[in-house]
Amino acid sequence: MATQPLPSIDMEEPQAVTTSLFALPGIHCAGCIGKIENGLSHVPGIVAARVNLSAKRVSIQHDAMMAPPDIRSAISTLGFESEPLADPGIDVAAAENRALLRALAVAGFAAMNIMLLSVSIWSGAEGGTRQMFHWLSALIALPTVAYAGQPFFRSAWAALRQGRTNMDVPISIGVALTTGMSLYETITGGHHAWFDGAVMLLFFLLAGRVLDSMMRGRARAGVAALLKQTAPGAMILDKAGHSHWVAAAQLQPGMEMLVAAGERLAADGRVVAGESGLDIAFLTGESAPVRVRAGDMVQAGALNIDGPVHVVVTAAGADTVIADIARLMEQAGQGRSRYVQLADRAARLYAPCVHLLAALSFAGWMIAGAGVHQALLIAVAVLLITCPCALGLAVPAAQIVACGALMKRGVLVKDGSALERLAQVDEAVFDKTGTLTLGRPVPRDLDALSSEDRAIILALARGSRHPLSVALRTALEMQGVSAAMVEDVREVAGEGMSGRFGAEVVTLGRPSSLISLFDLATEYRRGDQSILLRFADALRPDAVDTLATLRNMEITTLIASGDRPEALADIARLTGTTAIGHLRPADKLALIERLKSSGHRIVMVGDGLNDGPALAAGHASMAPASASDASQLAADAVFLGDRLAPVAMTVRAARRTVAVVKQNFALAIGYNVLAVPLAIAGHVTPLVAAVAMSTSSLIVIANALRLKGAAK
Amino acid sequence: MTGLTMLIPIALLLGLVGLAAFFWALGSGQFDDSDGAAARILIEDE
Repeated sequence: MATQPLPSIDMEEPQAVTTSLFALPGIHCAGCIGKIENGLSHVPGIVAARVNLSAKRVSIQHDAMMAPPDIRSAISTLGFESEPLADPGIDVAAAENRALLRALAVAGFAAMNIMLLSVSIWSGAEGGTRQMFHWLSALIALPTVAYAGQPFFRSAWAALRQGRTNMDVPISIGVALTTGMSLYETITGGHHAWFDGAVMLLFFLLAGRVLDSMMRGRARAGVAALLKQTAPGAMILDKAGHSHWVAAAQLQPGMEMLVAAGERLAADGRVVAGESGLDIAFLTGESAPVRVRAGDMVQAGALNIDGPVHVVVTAAGADTVIADIARLMEQAGQGRSRYVQLADRAARLYAPCVHLLAALSFAGWMIAGAGVHQALLIAVAVLLITCPCALGLAVPAAQIVACGALMKRGVLVKDGSALERLAQVDEAVFDKTGTLTLGRPVPRDLDALSSEDRAIILALARGSRHPLSVALRTALEMQGVSAAMVEDVREVAGEGMSGRFGAEVVTLGRPSSLISLFDLATEYRRGDQSILLRFADALRPDAVDTLATLRNMEITTLIASGDRPEALADIARLTGTTAIGHLRPADKLALIERLKSSGHRIVMVGDGLNDGPALAAGHASMAPASASDASQLAADAVFLGDRLAPVAMTVRAARRTVAVVKQNFALAIGYNVLAVPLAIAGHVTPLVAAVAMSTSSLIVIANALRLKGAAK
Repeated sequence: MTGLTMLIPIALLLGLVGLAAFFWALGSGQFDDSDGAAARILIEDE
C-alpha cells in the first residue's frame, strides 16, 4: 500500500526528496481524492501526492526540508484532518498477502489445465495419449507444487522442528507423497496419476489462506487509519533562539521544545514558560483537560489544547511514561500468544491418526500379499482422501464469513483466534471513562437556552478546537441549530471565545467562579447576563442494556476504573454491577491476573492507555474506535460508533462461529468415515478422489456461509 | 491427434499469458487500492 510508485519528477528538484505517510480518516469519495492530490501538488515543496482510499491514507513525496507540521497544515487548509503515520513502506502483512495471491493464481492455473487433461483421461484416453497427458500433467504439476506449496511446507517444517505438529504437516506429507507417487506412475506408464488431486488440494487450501489473510489485512488497515502516532518530533529552540524541527528519536534531555496549540508532546518534560490546558485522556481516561504552568511535569503524547508552551525535555524515547506502559503491555501479552487455535488442536489428534491409518493400510496390503507397488498406491490414496482439505477450510471459512458480517456492523476483528477466545469468555471487565461512557463531555442543560442564544453559542463554539467548544458544536448541530451572525469572533488562549452580536458583546469562556473541582463548565455571557453551561461525560446510550444482555449470556460483569469511587457510584447503581475505583494500570493488570488464576476467562473492554496492559492480559479484549492507539493495537477487536451493543453482539457471533466450526469438523470427519474404507479397499481412483474432495469442501463452505447473519 | 499437439501448447501458452498478466498487475500495485480505483474514474482532470 505504501509502495505505490509515484510519478517521479525530481529531475528539476536538486534537494533530497523523502516520502511521508499521513492517515486521512475523513476521506470517502472521488472528490476528496481529487481535492487532496491536486491541492497538495500546488504546495511548494511537495513533489507529488497519492491517496489510497481503501487504507485511508496519503503518501506524499516532498522536500526533505519540510517538517510534518508544515504538511499537516497544508492538508488542513484543504479541509481534511490528518495524522502523520510512523513507518512508511514497511507493510509485512501486505507482502505476505501478495505472495499468497501469487501462489493461488499459479495453483488455479495449474488445477484448471490438469483437470482438462484428467477429464480426457477419465473419458477414455488410452495408451500413448494417456501417457502424453500424464507427462503434460507432471510438467505442470511439479513446478506448481514446488511454488504454490511453499506456504504449507514452510509452516509444517517450522512446526516439526519445534517438535509440534499442525494442520500443515498432514497437508505437506499428503501433497508431497501424492506428487511423488504420481510421478513414479507416469514414468513407469501406470494407469492412474493423482496430479489433479494434489494441485486441486493446494488450490482449495490456498483460497482459504488468501481469504484469511485479506480479512486480517482489512481489519488492520482499518485500525491503522485510526492510529495516530504520538508525535513524530518537535520544534526545538536552540541557544541562539532559532527553532528547528527535530525527530522524536533524536530528542535529548535538556532540549527546549516549543509546543504549539493542537500539537502533541514528543517527550516527557517540565514546562518552563507559558500556560495551557493539556488533554491527557490517553493516560488517565479523564476527558477534562489539565491546566499546566511553569514548573509542571508533562508526559509525551499529551495534546496541547490552548496556548503555546515551552517544555524542557526530561526523558525521551524509551524512558518516557508511555514507553513504560508499552513494555508492561508487551509482557502481559505473552500469555495470549501461547493460546493454541482450535484447528491446531484438532490437527494434533488428526495428523497421527491419518498417518497411522495410511501406514496400517500399507502393512495390511503387504501382509495380504499385494506387491509393494500396489500397497504403496493404496496408502497414497488413503493419504489423499484424508488430507485435511475440508478440515483446512472448516476453520478459516467460518471465521471469514463471521468477521465479514461483524465488519459490516462496525466491529473489526483482528484475527480468527480472537473469535475463538471471545467465544470462551465468562467474565467481562469494563473500564468506565470512554468505554461505558462516551469519554467526551456532553452539554447538559442546552434546552434551557433560547433559540437565539443557541445560535450565538454555535457561532462562537465552531471557531475553537477546545473540547468543550467541540462538544457544544456537535450537540447544537445535532439539534439542527444554524449559527447566528456573530462578528469579530476571536479566541483568547486560556480564556475563551468572544464576538459581537449586533450591538452586544458575547463571550464563551472559563467560568469566573470555579463551581466544583470535577465539574466541567463554560460560561456564556451576553451583554450583562451570564449563563453557566455544564457538561457531563454521558453514559453510552445502550450501556445498561448491554451489560444486562451480557449477564443473560452468563457472563459476569465488573467495572474497573482509574476514577474516584464516588464518580463510579451512579454507574454501578444504574448497571447493577460491582465497580472498583482508584486502579492504576498495574493494579488493573493485577486484577485481571487474579481473576484469571481463579479460573475465569476474561474479556477486557477498555479504551485508555491505562487499560493497555489489562487489554493485553485478558483472555480476549475489545476497545472502542475512540480508544488510544496502544489500546487499539492491544485489543482483539475494535468497535466503531457510540453504542456498546457491539460487545455483546461480538461475543454472540463468536460463539456461533465456534459452533459452526465444530459442525464443519464433524462434516469433514464424517466424510472421511465414508471415504476412507473405499480408499483402504483400494477402490479410490483419481476421479473418485477429485469428486470427493470438491464435494466435501463445498459442503463445508456452504455451512460456513450460514454465518452471514451471525452479527445480530 | 495431430491437432492436439498444436492445440495443447497453444492453450497452455494462453493460460500462461493470463497468469503473467496477473503477476504484472499484482506487482505494479493495481490491487492495492480497489476502492480508490473505483472512485478515481469520477475525478475530472483539470
